[in-house]
Amino acid sequence: MPKREDIKRILLIGSGPIVIGQACEFDYSGTQACKALREEGYEVVLVNSNPATIMTDPGLADRTYIEPLTWETVAKIIERERPDALLPTLGGQTGLNVSMDLEQHGILEKYGVEMIGAKPDVINKAEDRELFSRAMNKIGLSVCRGETVTTLEHARKVIEEIGLPCVVRPSFTMGGSGGGIAYNRDEFDSLVQRGLDLSPTNQVLVEESIIGWKEYEMEVMRDMDDNVVIICSIENFDPMGVHTGDSITVAPAQTLTDKEYQRMRDASLAVIREIGVETGGSNIQFACDPKTDRMIVIEMNPRVSRSSALASKATGFPIAKIAAKLAIGYRLWELPNDITRVTKACFEPTIDYVVTKIPRFAFEKFPEADATLMTQMKSVGETMAIGRTFKESFQKALRGLEVGRFGFGCDHKDLWGTPEQPDLDAIRGKLSWPNERRVWYVRYAIKSGMSMEEIHQLTGIDRWFLDQLTEIIEVEDQIRGLAALDKIDAPMMKRIKRFGFSDRQIATLVGTAEMKVRDYRRELGVVATYKSVDTCAAEFEAYTPYYYSTYEDENETPAKNPDRKRIMILGGGPNRIGQGIEFDYCCCHASFAMAELGYESVMVNSNPETVSTDYDTSDMLFFEPLTVEDVLNICDRIQPDGVIVQFGGQTPLNLARALSDAGVPIVGTSVDTIEATEDREKFQVIMEQLDLKQPPSGIARNMAQARSVINKIGFPALVRPSFVLGGRAMEICYDDTQFKRFVTEAFIVAQGQPVLLDRFLEDAIEVDVDCIADGRDAVIAGIMQHIEEAGVHTGDSACALPTYSLAQPVLDEIKQATLALASRLNVVGLMNIQFAVKIEDGKPAVYVLEVNPRASRTVPFVAKATGKPIAGIASKVMVGTSLAEQGVHEIPIPRTVSVKESVFPFRKFIGVDIALGPEMRSTGEVMGSSPRFSIAYAKSLLAAGIVLPDSGRVFVSVADRAKERAVNIARDLNELGFEILATGGTAKRLEAEGIPVERVKKLVEGHPNLIDHLKNETVDMIFNTPKGKGARTDEGKIRAAAVQKGIPCITTIEGAETVVMAIKALRKEDVDVESLQERFEMDAVK
Amino acid sequence: MQKIAKLALEDGTVFTGLSFGACGETDGEVVFNTSMTGYQEILTDPSYRGQMVTMTYPQIGNYGVNEEDVESWKPHLAGFIVREVSRIDSNFRSTGDLDSWLRERGIIGICEIDTRRLTRLIRNQGAMKAVISTEELDDAALVAKAQSSAGLVGRDLVREVLPDQPQNWNEKLSAWWDFSPNTAERGSEHAWHLVALDFGMKRNIARHLVDQGFRVTILPGTATAAEIMAHSPDGLFLSNGPGDPEPLQYAINTIRELLGQLPIFGICLGHQLLGLACGAKTFKLKFGHRGANQPVLNIGTGRIEITSQNHGFAIEETSLPDCLEISHRHLNDDTIAGVVHKTLPAMSVQYHPEASAGPHDSHYLFSRFRDMLDANSVGTS
Repeated sequence: MPKREDIKRILLIGSGPIVIGQACEFDYSGTQACKALREEGYEVVLVNSNPATIMTDPGLADRTYIEPLTWETVAKIIERERPDALLPTLGGQTGLNVSMDLEQHGILEKYGVEMIGAKPDVINKAEDRELFSRAMNKIGLSVCRGETVTTLEHARKVIEEIGLPCVVRPSFTMGGSGGGIAYNRDEFDSLVQRGLDLSPTNQVLVEESIIGWKEYEMEVMRDMDDNVVIICSIENFDPMGVHTGDSITVAPAQTLTDKEYQRMRDASLAVIREIGVETGGSNIQFACDPKTDRMIVIEMNPRVSRSSALASKATGFPIAKIAAKLAIGYRLWELPNDITRVTKACFEPTIDYVVTKIPRFAFEKFPEADATLMTQMKSVGETMAIGRTFKESFQKALRGLEVGRFGFGCDHKDLWGTPEQPDLDAIRGKLSWPNERRVWYVRYAIKSGMSMEEIHQLTGIDRWFLDQLTEIIEVEDQIRGLAALDKIDAPMMKRIKRFGFSDRQIATLVGTAEMKVRDYRRELGVVATYKSVDTCAAEFEAYTPYYYSTYEDENETPAKNPDRKRIMILGGGPNRIGQGIEFDYCCCHASFAMAELGYESVMVNSNPETVSTDYDTSDMLFFEPLTVEDVLNICDRIQPDGVIVQFGGQTPLNLARALSDAGVPIVGTSVDTIEATEDREKFQVIMEQLDLKQPPSGIARNMAQARSVINKIGFPALVRPSFVLGGRAMEICYDDTQFKRFVTEAFIVAQGQPVLLDRFLEDAIEVDVDCIADGRDAVIAGIMQHIEEAGVHTGDSACALPTYSLAQPVLDEIKQATLALASRLNVVGLMNIQFAVKIEDGKPAVYVLEVNPRASRTVPFVAKATGKPIAGIASKVMVGTSLAEQGVHEIPIPRTVSVKESVFPFRKFIGVDIALGPEMRSTGEVMGSSPRFSIAYAKSLLAAGIVLPDSGRVFVSVADRAKERAVNIARDLNELGFEILATGGTAKRLEAEGIPVERVKKLVEGHPNLIDHLKNETVDMIFNTPKGKGARTDEGKIRAAAVQKGIPCITTIEGAETVVMAIKALRKEDVDVESLQERFEMDAVK
Repeated sequence: MQKIAKLALEDGTVFTGLSFGACGETDGEVVFNTSMTGYQEILTDPSYRGQMVTMTYPQIGNYGVNEEDVESWKPHLAGFIVREVSRIDSNFRSTGDLDSWLRERGIIGICEIDTRRLTRLIRNQGAMKAVISTEELDDAALVAKAQSSAGLVGRDLVREVLPDQPQNWNEKLSAWWDFSPNTAERGSEHAWHLVALDFGMKRNIARHLVDQGFRVTILPGTATAAEIMAHSPDGLFLSNGPGDPEPLQYAINTIRELLGQLPIFGICLGHQLLGLACGAKTFKLKFGHRGANQPVLNIGTGRIEITSQNHGFAIEETSLPDCLEISHRHLNDDTIAGVVHKTLPAMSVQYHPEASAGPHDSHYLFSRFRDMLDANSVGTS
């Protein structure tokens, strides 16, 4: 059956901001879907609240709405756009949930919108545990014993039958949010209670524990004719008990016989048929008892998932694209396999390499959080590596994580052979519970001579994986035995490299420098070879240039076309807090820009979630770790004419010096300039020359130096380690006690690099500026005003474009300073500057806080707010096409106000204090736009999941220095009809101003205190700014409890003021929706 | 330390790797198989007689070997080529490691070579004659040996894997076939008696036939029509087997004689033989179809079956006689994957509905054969 002609316009719902459990993978799937549907002549209406996505680029859909993902908002869009169909399966759990809400509220019926891909009853059957269990029993598949409950009492009855430990999973939450394993009654009660709270349907599944079983995933595709194929099998290195998003996973399955595999395949086919997913991809998880033939179905996602993205990148099979085409009626065998061209998409990919995915965590940013890995996902990103063996791909993935590791140990972070080497007890301790560092303790266990059996018993990790790790360590010991670089002969060197060892590890083991190993290795003739990812294990010729490195005989990369420039773009690696999708967005645009200029674009990245690692994005894709060695190896092979390091965040910048020293042609702003801006002393000179103001500051290499700096600059002071991104260990200290604590911490994080101290500018407005310069001209791309005061990390604060309260002379001064810096630094490409505007002596003074000669996190937001392809323009500039040649003279300031709001993972880290500070902790962002700032801000809050109350009770508690402003806020709230709750000092102050207040006890004063109000749901919003000084425990508890309860909690005074403004505005007017195409009057259908 | 082993191809390419399994020297036609699981089934498939198999999946042996997952009583292939052999076996059913198992059975293996390069060579130049040796390590001498080796074309390899005695087969499919214990009982009301002509039959075929309720007598593929009819069967099954079908004139004659007398079902070599008996010709594919991911279009239903395949020869479409109708086509290259006789009860498929190794999508063919017998009995009684 060819494509459907009865539908013309299709609505696609994205997944919203990046959060734990939903990251770039849904930008990848949504982008593929947009392209696939438009290629077939359909009109695509896209809704997503996340401006940092490629999919929300106006060129990708006919109508692009950057609007809050609530059913009410999407209903307005449906009313305006009248789509014929809604494709709900490509926007993650968010897309699915919004689609289900639209269905339940009758919107789809009202406007005659057909859900394609999966029908509502199917989604229900897959997502509702009870219905799912029943369906599985019907086809003879076992599921975990258990029951769905809606009360704690009922839950307690269930465990009388199934016993403890047991698994608790709330229904309809994403990434298994709120789930966990209960080992005792107390844990059980609290998990059930929390699960009931978090589940949108107030349902929790209580289930028998199968911890330690082998865990597998199958990626399945089905078409309208019931043709079903398996795209990829995945085996989890970490056994059952750890969320698959937090597990190290390997493709394909490694330890299943064909009999076991085919049984699982049959089961997968039966599941997708029974659940009834009409077309598209699904992910089905299984658990297998390692000792018997028992197999259990864990769950099914009736949609494209994170694992689908992984499976797509692991096999080369474009799951999302094919899913989109199946949804509009094509059958699998009617669609070509893009990679082989001669064959069809109806087959099962087979691979001739091993893929390892390793999650990346951010517990260092949430020190109070429970770091146990369990059924609720906690990782913030992932890296994938491809090798010819598990050993090779595993070591590559470890260095691709970018956590300072260069393989399985033998690097400067390895504790083995150091005084901190753990003893057997410590090792056993770390092995016996799943945690981020367990894999290193497996290493120490093997090194200590612990038996494989014991390691297996403690961890449940399959013996085959443990033996592979043992083999790596045996080669390590051989290298140690040789002791000197020149003792390694060519066959040995090849063997070492085939086991995935990096030059850095070899250097550490034989006591030399990485570059020495590299030179020596190349002299021996041991160089990386590049093989294709082709879906078919070389059975057919592959046309897609998707490569990975290994150490074999044959190279498959094509020779260079002498008439075409090759430009390589270094990506950002795994997502982490501070570096995520925004940089992938920039890298993709660099690639698109190169294509426009007729150059050959080459992408290097290791993040399987991204659009940049789609084989369609660039002319060549190297799925490789972003390390000096791996990048240089690619350069050796393909000889790029230019390498772009500005767009992948800190990752490529950290490689820039070494690459440049090795003769790699870095294009754009020079490495010297990049370093000059990182070098405080050099930079201060430049600032003085330009007559620009900076807060007093100093550099310290030790505590004594820090002391003398602080004496000079005074409190409050901002402390931070140099060369880190995302404000790691960045703190404001107001007094000596804090000074000591934070500086000590900063030195630890700095790892030998100096610590920077700045005078902290209190009550200053922070301003972010992005600009593009070509060495001659420069244009301002956007000036953004932060809502929170300076001191809250840029990445965590909300900001508005255009600015909303800065006077023209201040803006002019900022603009002049930016242009002067661009010129003085000879910036070629993008530059981001953070300014602070502080009222001094009644007049605004402009300070320069930070200059980054690279793409910043705000580039995609600026592009969406202005409607201009900022990253593309900058890319072209970098390869020599000037602004004038591009006809870019200025980026007009938009009339519509766009507000970027940050989104935080606090719901995943129960008990963590959410107060904002200089250390970045947000994972994603949303955008709200409106002609009015207040409405734009309200929309951005709504998009971030914060629903502002229109009436009710507001708790106000602010630091002394904010009391004055709090009075005005309270007065406004009172006038708006809200009741005010407050404790001691604040209450007294408000009462003195004649504002009625209900007094609430502080936690230490007994009950009823605010926590009681939260529990009883007798408070609707909290304004709580942290005190400048002192422990945050009490306040922290209140804020954490608010997050748990889903009650809006605003932690800055500026935020509180803006919220009040937004509530006022929402009373006056309706919130409208508008597409980017309308806003920027673009030609919708090109 | 493992011994050096070399693999030389007739085109002059030599791969140097390490030895595993048995030591010595072996020659054969080198082919590749793209299945990621099922190496033990592949090793014991008699159809690989005379061939050396390269597994495209690089890590082989991970789950060891066991007594159950075998398709015949021993490995038949001429050599085994992998990127890396697991030194341990990790599976609760495993009874030992692959390396020892092959050594005990005299199969010569080579590992630690660039198997993807080898696969690409075969893909581009076609299946090649080759030698693996741990004894002769001179490249030129090995290449000469590869060039002068016998190869497959025109050889009757079936005689090397035939059973020497008739045999009654009773074993059913293993419990692994079904994921669900509550699948309905299979089988016919009638215990039809079937003669299975064994040209190197995989055991799972016989198990499937028994599961359908057939009484199965296995006869060597050299059996004459008279010998077959002496068993008074209700139907005839033609098995898979190694090599070129054209030299098997005895089998072609037998089938021609019995066509119309008995309902016939052929798999793989059996499919080619049915075609030849009906007047079609066969040809050698460049590098064949070997793997567990091969899509086949069922022309009757319009649906796709993912199949297990292992063949280097196929029926030539231009030679297809009028009496045969194409029932299945290979989706990748449009070659004939199944035929049915237009007037007589006879059908065959080029692929392996018995799976093992491979997906189970096509097992309906066994019940279709049973239906054919049921219908035939209605017609004749």
